Amino acid sequence: MMEKLIIGRYLPADSVVHGMDPRAKLLFIFIFVLIIFLANNPVTYTLLGAFTLFAVFLSKVKLRFLVNGLKPVLILILFTFLLHVFFTKEGDMIARIGFLTIYEGGVIKGVFISLRFFLLIFVTSLLTLTTPPISVTDGIESLFGPLRKIKVPVHELALMMSISLRFIPTLLDETDKIMKAQMARGADFSSGSIPDRVKAVIPLLIPLFVSAFKRAEELAVAMEARGYKGSEGRTKYRLLHWSLRDTMAMLLLGALSAALFMLRS
Amino acid sequence: MSEKVISIKGVSFQYPEQETFALREVSFDVYKGEWLAVVGHNGSGKSTLAKMLNGLHYPSQGTVSIGGYKLTEEHVWSIRGKLGMVFQNPDNQFVGTTVQDDVAFGLENNGVEHGVMQERVFASLEKVGMTAFLNQEPHHLSGGQKQRVAIAGVIALRPDIILLDEATSMLDPLGREEVMNTVRELNEKEGLTVISITHDLEEAAKADRVIVLNEGRLYIEGTPADIFQLDRELVQLGLGVPFAVQMSQLLADAGLKLSQRHFNEEELVNELWTLNFEK
Repeated sequence: MMEKLIIGRYLPADSVVHGMDPRAKLLFIFIFVLIIFLANNPVTYTLLGAFTLFAVFLSKVKLRFLVNGLKPVLILILFTFLLHVFFTKEGDMIARIGFLTIYEGGVIKGVFISLRFFLLIFVTSLLTLTTPPISVTDGIESLFGPLRKIKVPVHELALMMSISLRFIPTLLDETDKIMKAQMARGADFSSGSIPDRVKAVIPLLIPLFVSAFKRAEELAVAMEARGYKGSEGRTKYRLLHWSLRDTMAMLLLGALSAALFMLRS
Repeated sequence: MSEKVISIKGVSFQYPEQETFALREVSFDVYKGEWLAVVGHNGSGKSTLAKMLNGLHYPSQGTVSIGGYKLTEEHVWSIRGKLGMVFQNPDNQFVGTTVQDDVAFGLENNGVEHGVMQERVFASLEKVGMTAFLNQEPHHLSGGQKQRVAIAGVIALRPDIILLDEATSMLDPLGREEVMNTVRELNEKEGLTVISITHDLEEAAKADRVIVLNEGRLYIEGTPADIFQLDRELVQLGLGVPFAVQMSQLLADAGLKLSQRHFNEEELVNELWTLNFEK
């Protein structure tokens, strides 16, 4: 069951990108997502594409994994592409199919928008493929640290995230077990009308919730027994190191943004 | 005997909104370095006792003192530093996403410095033989391995006492043995005081001293040999007498001269096949 999930699929490897500080990676992606919208002509898109491919190359992640990540959104991309091709009326007319006319501007726009999607998905999957989820949590906790001053419970939120991550496989296993137990008693999850199927999920969800609550309670007791008192006076086992390569990556990103500003039309 | 580490005097406890007492005037001491088993069937009050020793409940009457601290809200965190607890369900006490994160959790809570923390995580995992699993995620571990990680998490805090609250009851026989061997080693080599709360008399047979609880009262206290003398009385208390003990009893009844009553099968088998050698 776990194998099918792309979200949070971390591929351990030894690369420059894997070794980066998760804070740097998060900032990088945040800025990159913004500057993607600066690109508006072939030169800028080529530049962005080359940059992304360079990052992929550095990460040693096989292109196959990134393409896999694309699959769920492929239909969306195709749909927006076709929408642009058929409904944008700019530039010269290139073809006419029945009542639909296709203009040059439409095709160009469709290609650009699809490229934008590709780039967004490539870069964000690169984050989850090269960073263990727990490091992403650490990075977020550290980046949002200043919000503690305005009483945002940053530590508690991060702990909640990491506990959820830790319990995903446990609860998936449990779902599987409950499903089999209910199937053994004649429950049918895979046929019938849609309302029937929705109803069939109830005997799955209720035991799952009951057990999740029980787990939560036991976990809370165990945490207390091990001295958990909230964020105060707590030290961290995982430390984040901002190194030269992180600064380099940020500088490179700065240079890219500047280039995009100059080259965009 | 040696120094007292826990002293329980006349403790009673009643859950709110319940008429009967879960514990009634229970008194006993625990000595440094010993292995004490607390046995009793479900509802005998043994889980309540476990929770009380960790400050999750406070006595309604009587006093509990652990490592020189009286159990009050004021001292509860000092007591939790002295007494570490391993719970029943291996999954529901694993907080970290990986083995090393989990062992470090207790250290993080206590504000231990990073350098010291790393040393202690490695040292504790070494003691339970789990160093090879440093970066392993919990769902790739067996129940016995998870419990060993939980033990590592407890000993990383350097407590004087480790309390096992039915810690082996959800494990298969192999995992049970794995965990009991780890605890035995810590007890013998590190001098850690062990309190194991269980309904499994086979586990209790390994202890130095056994306390039997029944309906919230201390029923009897003695060495495993003393306790197993009770035989049918134990069955009445809802405790299963281990197979080896039953078997040696039956063999003795049948006229076979055994040197002693055996608590585990291996000992019994060893005596049986060497029985006729000397003669």
